[in-house]
Amino acid sequence: MIPEIRLPEVVGFAFPNDVHITWSLMIVLYPYLTGIVAGAFVISALYHLFGKEELQPISRFSMATSFAFMVVATLPLLNHLGHPERALNIIFTPNFSSAMAGFGILYNTYLLILLLEVWFVWRKDIILLARRSRGLKRKIYAAMALWTYDISPQAMEKDHSAIRVLTAIGIPAACMLHGYVGFLFGALKANPWWSTPLMPIIFLASGMTSGVAMLIILYQIAMKLSGQRIDGETIASLNRWLWLFMIVTVSLELLEIITLAYEKSEAWEAIHPLLTTKLAFSFISVQLVLGSLIPFILLMIAVTMNRYLHDRVRNTLSFVSALLLLIQVFAMRWNVVIGGQLLSKSFRGFRESYSPQLFEKEGILAAVGIFCLAFIALFVFARILPVFKGLEEPQRASLEAEIKG
Amino acid sequence: MGDELTRRGFLGAAGGLVVALGLGPKSGEGAESGQPEYNWEDFSYVYLIDAGRCIGCGMCVQACQRENKVPDGFFRTWVERYRIGEGGRVEVDSPNGAINGFPATIVDFRVTKGLFVPKLCNHCKNTPCTQVCPVGASYTTKDGVVLVDDKRCIGCGYCVQACPYGSRYLHPVTHVADKCTWCYHRITKGLKPACVMACPVGARAFGNMKNLQDPVRKIIATEPVLVLQPELLTRPNCYYKGLDKEVR
Repeated sequence: MIPEIRLPEVVGFAFPNDVHITWSLMIVLYPYLTGIVAGAFVISALYHLFGKEELQPISRFSMATSFAFMVVATLPLLNHLGHPERALNIIFTPNFSSAMAGFGILYNTYLLILLLEVWFVWRKDIILLARRSRGLKRKIYAAMALWTYDISPQAMEKDHSAIRVLTAIGIPAACMLHGYVGFLFGALKANPWWSTPLMPIIFLASGMTSGVAMLIILYQIAMKLSGQRIDGETIASLNRWLWLFMIVTVSLELLEIITLAYEKSEAWEAIHPLLTTKLAFSFISVQLVLGSLIPFILLMIAVTMNRYLHDRVRNTLSFVSALLLLIQVFAMRWNVVIGGQLLSKSFRGFRESYSPQLFEKEGILAAVGIFCLAFIALFVFARILPVFKGLEEPQRASLEAEIKG
Repeated sequence: MGDELTRRGFLGAAGGLVVALGLGPKSGEGAESGQPEYNWEDFSYVYLIDAGRCIGCGMCVQACQRENKVPDGFFRTWVERYRIGEGGRVEVDSPNGAINGFPATIVDFRVTKGLFVPKLCNHCKNTPCTQVCPVGASYTTKDGVVLVDDKRCIGCGYCVQACPYGSRYLHPVTHVADKCTWCYHRITKGLKPACVMACPVGARAFGNMKNLQDPVRKIIATEPVLVLQPELLTRPNCYYKGLDKEVR
């Protein structure tokens, strides 16, 4: 039984096979997730490796976030594949001339580094939890601690060294993992909207932006929900990083367009109408104005006038900017992945705009579900291991009492 | 809709009959008399399209859909119509891949030249599609044909994105990448691809570059021919005569 294919309307002339959107919403979601992974990891690295003490309150949380998003990052890909049961072929029988074949190596390397780092960062807590628990819970924590209960100062010092080394390897690994996603697009000469060496760098920069933005939002929500104080120094620092990353991101995105426009190449003749018609809303309105210009101004206020701002104002500015930048980065992924497919390789026409359905296999519900799974993974992580403060520090109740007192 | 399907079915069946009558006995003989086994080292296939001859009837598209059970809305081959006027005015169309030919539509400029351009996979020597396949399911045979192993393909669609000619698609039923095979099941038995057989005007020709007497080889060697998007250096094995600069 051949499913009925609804042929989309075409403006101009498109090659007949070009009217189908082969890479769906799932392929928009995948780089969105890995971007958050890389961005969140960099924030934890800024504390662990670069000694940014003001980020200490969220150093663990950022690593947990990176880990949670990493765990679900493959799901959109699996859901997208025509034959997910053959997915492991990429790892077992890779064709090394393919950029995609690097996926198995890069993903697994980074996952391993992250797993090791999580273990070293939380090792002490795991051991303390194992000691405090009874029965099955104890066995699980003991297994997580690999049945080694050494928390002597010497052992802790070794842990710290291990964390520093892992972070040092982790930064390039995270950059490779996410930069490589940009490379998948940037190295396709068939598509002028994708084919630019800037693509991996743009993906990286926007990944950093989305990672920091996600942390700002999650941190503020987590603090509100648990009734804890939002650390003003931490937010101020995150604001500065977010501002920096967004400036780099948007500059690169604009530079790419400006270069194409200035060169007046054949590609620009096709891309120009794409940006001003099919992508006018998602590119100009959402990505550039709502997602870039507005948070740029808000963050400029938050960063340059930081010391005059009341905590609540700073937090609100930060939260709103982060939310807008999360939208910006998603819009950027959409404009790249979907925009590139709206443009026919005939350079003479466009497919009618793609709107994913709510219930289809690669539709909106599936995307929202997978995205939510990342938060669920983070929630589960937080239930198993403390994501904000280590266990040796005062417990939450006494801390609250301290603050209230 | 029903009528159209019936008509298409009839034409396809008619095409198949012609093929069967014309070349059936030859292949039958081969099978029975123990013809020497096919040796792909002896072949290097090449395809030649004479755009000046094409009349845009769409018989090739029909033959292909019929021969290869190509799903509706997807194309292993199609025909494009170019209507070119003065001052850079160009109108290009390919309604449903031109499977039913072209309707007599009017354009709002004076057409000074026009041509029909059959398209199919170029079976490039330096092909981006097999390069990007993460599992090696897309490959080039020794006789120069780019194929997809549907038992190995994971359906990621990367090859579809990498092909600059729009020759590939994800099959809606098998969920693997699908494309023109130059009718590999036919050519390895000494037959021509279905589209070549179906063309009533000889606009499509198929040859073997390793055969010194091959007429297609001679034309490619001695006459001006072009390939599509040569700037991408994919080195197509499909050559064109009578192409215009407007064709991509």
